[in-house]
Amino acid sequence: MASSAPADAMTLRSRIWSWVTTTDHKRIGILYGVSAFAFFMLGGFEALIMRLQLSGPDAGIVSADTYNQLFTMHGTTMVFLAVMPLSAAFFNFVVPLQIGARDVAFPRLNAFSYWVFLLGGLFMNVSFLVGAAPNAGWFGYANLTSAQFSPGVNVDFWAIGLQILGIASIAAGINFIVTIVNLRAPGMRLMRMPVFTWMTLVTQFIVVTAFPVITVALVFLMFDRTFGTNFYSVAAGGEVLLWQHLFWLFGHPEVYILILPAMGIVSEVIPTFSRKPLFGYAVVVYSGLLIAILGWGVWAHHMFQVGLGPIADSVFAATTMLIAIPTGVKIFNWIATMWGGKLNFTTAMLFSVGFIAMFIIGGLSGVMHSSPPADLQQTDTYFVVAHFHYVLVGGAVLGLFSGIYYWWPKVFGRMLSESIGKWHFWLTVIGANLTFFPMHFIGLLGMPRRIYTYDAALGLDTMNLVATIGAFAMALGSLVFVGNVLWTWRKGEAADANPWDGAMLEWAMPSPPPVYNFSVIPTVKSRLPLWSEDGYEPKPLPEDPPGPIHLPGGSYWPFVTAVGIIVAAAGLLTGSLWVALAGIGVLVVGIYAWALEPFEV
Amino acid sequence: MTHAEATHHTSTGLDSRKIGMWAFIGSECLLFGSLISTYLVYQGKSVAGPTTHEILNIPLTSVSTFVLLMSSLAMVLALAAVTRGDTLWTRVWLATTALLGLIFLGFQAYEFTTFVHEGLTLQTNLFGSTFFVLTGTHGAHVAVGVLWLLSLLVRSFQGKLGAEKALNVELAGLYWHFVDVVWIVIFTVVYLLQ
Repeated sequence: MASSAPADAMTLRSRIWSWVTTTDHKRIGILYGVSAFAFFMLGGFEALIMRLQLSGPDAGIVSADTYNQLFTMHGTTMVFLAVMPLSAAFFNFVVPLQIGARDVAFPRLNAFSYWVFLLGGLFMNVSFLVGAAPNAGWFGYANLTSAQFSPGVNVDFWAIGLQILGIASIAAGINFIVTIVNLRAPGMRLMRMPVFTWMTLVTQFIVVTAFPVITVALVFLMFDRTFGTNFYSVAAGGEVLLWQHLFWLFGHPEVYILILPAMGIVSEVIPTFSRKPLFGYAVVVYSGLLIAILGWGVWAHHMFQVGLGPIADSVFAATTMLIAIPTGVKIFNWIATMWGGKLNFTTAMLFSVGFIAMFIIGGLSGVMHSSPPADLQQTDTYFVVAHFHYVLVGGAVLGLFSGIYYWWPKVFGRMLSESIGKWHFWLTVIGANLTFFPMHFIGLLGMPRRIYTYDAALGLDTMNLVATIGAFAMALGSLVFVGNVLWTWRKGEAADANPWDGAMLEWAMPSPPPVYNFSVIPTVKSRLPLWSEDGYEPKPLPEDPPGPIHLPGGSYWPFVTAVGIIVAAAGLLTGSLWVALAGIGVLVVGIYAWALEPFEV
Repeated sequence: MTHAEATHHTSTGLDSRKIGMWAFIGSECLLFGSLISTYLVYQGKSVAGPTTHEILNIPLTSVSTFVLLMSSLAMVLALAAVTRGDTLWTRVWLATTALLGLIFLGFQAYEFTTFVHEGLTLQTNLFGSTFFVLTGTHGAHVAVGVLWLLSLLVRSFQGKLGAEKALNVELAGLYWHFVDVVWIVIFTVVYLLQ
């Protein structure tokens, strides 16, 4: 457009500015995706260092203290900064399109959620630069985290950082609940919603109810460390178990926050590439709801080893086994969808099928943990590490990659390379199994988690080496994906509106969608709008909107408000009252300017 | 409803901001639920220092509880006034609600300072930690509510709070009533059921 250098600088600046001030759900979705993937690579890098350290006995790659920081930040990063925001990328981009909306209910709140997440994630990772990364595990058990046993700022970075991320999650949760409840196109009844939208709704209900609980736990921790309160102080009669209860009361629902979006993605991908509607739609939806509800009643299975007594143990064992039922139902529904279908094994489909296979293995070892006597042998060993990585890598991450291949053409208007994608898939799946399958045996043979080295006499060298090789294969897979993105950027085949012949509304508009999404808000008449003769009206959507469409403009106040929160947090961390007050000042100015600026959705 | 909402179709027919406020209140229930549960779990477990019946002043707090309850009544009247476009009484009742909230906060500040003088701080014992964090979190919510009400009052004086903006008052009202209800639970659990 512009030819002179200053003009180029101007356009670059205004382009950056347009991203900072954007309130378009599609652009915010892209921002979430890019940031989350960067954190995913960072978390993966931390895992590689750990695997190098464990590739042989008594390796001296990192010190015990560095190792503590690595496993703490690996867990925290993957859960809060990679998988959750990658899911958020899909919520943002896909949900408004699937329900026939022009944006989310609160576009500025949406931008705010993103900026708080990004700045909160950076805040936590700055700890590496000052050599004081969190080091008490992603579960941060009291009283390991007390001022007495963790005197540095490591735990402060973690406790404050997680509270910031909680703000982002709760704000986004409220936003998407309202969006899905209130902004559906005419005719899009609840039981016509795509399963991905359903799982998003269920996930957001868990988010807005679970995050306040960990917020309270973290506030107690912060007060104990900063003001000398006694919440987790045994000397004052407090109980360290209070932390475990609050943390896992949040922590187990969090597991479903991580997996339900991936289940939603798989429920979109498998029908598309089986050329069949999802088998038992209603049962899949209700199973998701049931998982969310039961997910609140199983937290103490993380705590069998503390000795809650036979009655509590039995109750939590039973609820944990119960939750396998709706999960199993979903798996059978996906398999039944494929049964007799015209299967097309695209990369997206491969990742979804990989999800089912890996998730079954992770689910089986999960049911093993539900039995307290078995769990007592497995807890704090690599067996547990194997279990939750099958669920989170084999489940959540494969599901998210499936979604990336599935919706990439819609987002960017280009097809990711299928041949490179297959390399990506096989490297990831083979790598994941090489890494995590031996860990079942490593754990049952007695190797504990979170220990930076092991003795040669344990005889676990070979299996640990295999696990390390697998980890590098997975890392190579992720690099292949980056290569695929770069290749697609330059040479990718252009995508038409509906390259996979999908059934849902997001495929009814051009790829990438115009800024207003739908030229005319369609009236939905079917659960599979694009697969039925009269699924939606008007059909097809007109190329240009018949009249002017009001779109909300950009706003920089969400960003300013987010900055205020981070500055206040930095003041809290450093104990500087003035910095904290400055942050609160920016926050207050941001909120008022936000509330008063003319902005119509 | 604002002009924008008036022309917007929503699936439930309700304004999105109202549903958003309900979702937020749902989230807040879990926040206070966790705080109150912790208080109950630690009740009677303090190993030193004054606890409930030695220090809590029930008559005094009954008065401040009554003040907060009356503020909810004023809030209802403020919403009724703004809905019928009555500017004067909108201002009167918004100001009354905020004032009663401030009086409640004054009682709380007095209570906190008295406790500190009598030797109960955040650090003294489990009762001190749980009591101050629970009631302090509630007090912070009241303070935010007061700021919100005063902001609405300013908007009214600027002539920007007519009947078409009644929803803005209703949202503040939802929040205010919720904070009031939470106090009734706290008053019952902490003060009455010792």
